[in-house]
Amino acid sequence: MLEFLLSHYNYAIYIALMMIGLYAILARGNLVKKIIGLNILQTAVFLFYISIGKVDRGTVPVIWPAGERPPGFENVPYENPLPHVLMLTAIVVGVSVTAVALALIVRIKAAYGTVEEDEILEADELRDREGDA
Amino acid sequence: MMRPHTESLVVRFIARRSVPFIQLFALYVVAHGEDGPGGGFQGGVIFASAFILLALTEGWGRGRSRMPEPVSDALMPAGALLYAGIGLVALLLGGGFLQYASLAVGGDQHAQHLAHHFGLIGIEVGVTITVAGSMVTLFFEMARPKHFLNVPRRRRRHRPDPDA
Amino acid sequence: MDASLPALVVVVPMLAAILTALAGRWWRRHAWPVALLATAFAAAGSLRILWRAVHEGVVLYRMGGWPVPTGIPYRIDLLNGIVLAMVACVSFLSVLWMRESVKREIRQAGQASYYAVVLLFTTGFLGITITGDVFNLYVFLEIASITSYVLVAMGRRREGLFAGYQYLILGSIGATFVLIGIGHLYMATGSLAMTDIAARLSGALVDHPSVVHTSFAFITVGLAIKMALFPLHSWQPGAYTYAPSSASLLMAATATKVAAYAFYRFAFTVFGTHYVTARLPQVMDGIMVMAAAAMVVGPLFAVRQDNLKRMLAYSSVGQIGYVVLGAALVNASAMTGSIAHFWNHAASKGALFAVVGIVVLRSGSPHIDNLRGLGRRAPWTAAAMTVAALSLVGVPLTGGFVTKYYLALGTLETGRGVLLAFILLSSLLTAVYMWRCLQRVWFADPDLEPAVTREAPWTMRVATLTFGAACLVFGVFAWIPVDIASAAARALLGEN
Repeated sequence: MLEFLLSHYNYAIYIALMMIGLYAILARGNLVKKIIGLNILQTAVFLFYISIGKVDRGTVPVIWPAGERPPGFENVPYENPLPHVLMLTAIVVGVSVTAVALALIVRIKAAYGTVEEDEILEADELRDREGDA
Repeated sequence: MMRPHTESLVVRFIARRSVPFIQLFALYVVAHGEDGPGGGFQGGVIFASAFILLALTEGWGRGRSRMPEPVSDALMPAGALLYAGIGLVALLLGGGFLQYASLAVGGDQHAQHLAHHFGLIGIEVGVTITVAGSMVTLFFEMARPKHFLNVPRRRRRHRPDPDA
Repeated sequence: MDASLPALVVVVPMLAAILTALAGRWWRRHAWPVALLATAFAAAGSLRILWRAVHEGVVLYRMGGWPVPTGIPYRIDLLNGIVLAMVACVSFLSVLWMRESVKREIRQAGQASYYAVVLLFTTGFLGITITGDVFNLYVFLEIASITSYVLVAMGRRREGLFAGYQYLILGSIGATFVLIGIGHLYMATGSLAMTDIAARLSGALVDHPSVVHTSFAFITVGLAIKMALFPLHSWQPGAYTYAPSSASLLMAATATKVAAYAFYRFAFTVFGTHYVTARLPQVMDGIMVMAAAAMVVGPLFAVRQDNLKRMLAYSSVGQIGYVVLGAALVNASAMTGSIAHFWNHAASKGALFAVVGIVVLRSGSPHIDNLRGLGRRAPWTAAAMTVAALSLVGVPLTGGFVTKYYLALGTLETGRGVLLAFILLSSLLTAVYMWRCLQRVWFADPDLEPAVTREAPWTMRVATLTFGAACLVFGVFAWIPVDIASAAARALLGEN
């Protein structure tokens, strides 16, 4: 079991990070902290993708012109660059989601005066009870 | 929240002098994105970081004055327009969307190769402009003084009045 | 032009969004015509693509001219031809509808950006539908999702901000799950193009079956959140209730169904019918239970709502059950019903949200009592609402009946007759809450002053009536959607 975990440590780390992220999203009441949890979740996915692009003893996937590769690297395989490229896109997506979330939080703070989930729900309920639905 | 500027003359001096080098480095990263590590996203972020450094050392207003809101607002769609425009021009010239080779002037292989290079550089520049604009906007909007989590609690128009 | 139509259908709305964002600061008045033209082009183009798909089988377009496993292909067969036409036509009608509503509900400085976001939203959903590359699908899914969060939060009420935030959290978890699933799929097969993955999957199933199963699980759960499949629907009522009326219309008629389409695509094209029936029959049974539960629970909540938008949101929770049930039964008849429901539900829910938007515009609130007297003061609007309500219930000669007929046929063919009870119960509950509305529309006390005193502006009326007419057309000329849908279903199940 331990040996299995150690030989697949990248998956173990990614799953642990994913769980930390999900826990933060679900258990925290502070809207900013939820977003931090979301970022941890996304980072876990980035790590997962990048680790599956690893080729054993691979090198940087920059193509050298034929015959010009530095000595000692002639027969070294390249890493798989595709997952890296995908994650570049996913990172940009993650930044956009974070940006939209933070912008929403700024507006929520201005409208409700708080960024705590329970206080916001309380304010909404108070208003519903006063009957302007 | 953010203090207007740092007191240290050394920090301010070095930060101000670093700005052109940061921007030059950003352009270098963009230019090498085609056949090496780098590219539009990275270059754009580095370019925007110059403005963020200015804001951190000189204060929000001095930083924003170097790239005012209308400029950054226009940069974001302008970069995307450059990207989509190159793709569309390639399409209108009879190729596929983003098929750079169809941008070639003249039919020989060298011209196509050149067209591929310039098409790629063109969309990288588009990405750079958009990313730089977005990063500047994100930073300055989130860091706007008297904006975020330091707003003092006050009664707002929307809040229900408990006495009513 | 015709050959590059698949690219243009996505690129033109995107370009229009960019132009609106760039020039909207100065030319605020031009945002609506630009949006209308772009979506009209997308609608016409997608109908043309659907026509080609009907006649040629598959329309293939290679982005940048790259060959398939290397580049991103846009691949349109009958299934996504149907969904593409649905998304594009609904977007066009919604943009036509929304001019007055946006003037009233969005602050002036934000109107141009609102149209830009609407166009990007359309781009995102068109992209999800048209692409043949799983990672490209994820990127478009995120474009569509992020713009949805923004649309929800652009309403006037502060509850919309928090509803948008909750949608953002759940939607991002869903999208991240899809991304994890795609990662596992890439790990197992080494490819991202849908047809290429499908070809390599049988080998991957021998070498790494658990990786493929993990991938399927993540993608299914992620998309179930996106399509608001009960019990993962909690984001939807708040989002639809507090979004601006035009955003509710656009989202209710397209958003969740496109996620359902993505599930069809993954389950039957990428993983393959053999995989979902032979390797994982229990999963499809589980989805069937969720769909059946959704069909009943959604209307059950809807019955008790006095806010029309919230009522229709819960109604959508129920209706997505019909769309998913066909996939879960893996039967050609049931799937025909479900695929036809992409159009039927878009037409009926589009008409209903359009009417509610008109009520909000004229009376200021979506409360159910504001419907009283609508039949007298705004007969066209009321007629569209009536037809759409009948279609939602499933009365013969409307589109909804066609869906339910084929779904019922499918349940009998697969020997799951007990599902008939769910369909009937769902229709009954739908009839109850729709009757609550129609009773106020047509049989309100004539002494009470109607809340809506005038007919809607002509742009709104045309769009609303088109939605309503579509409900009738899909019911009376049922062979149009049914022929295409059954061909799509048989192609998906490989029964040709």
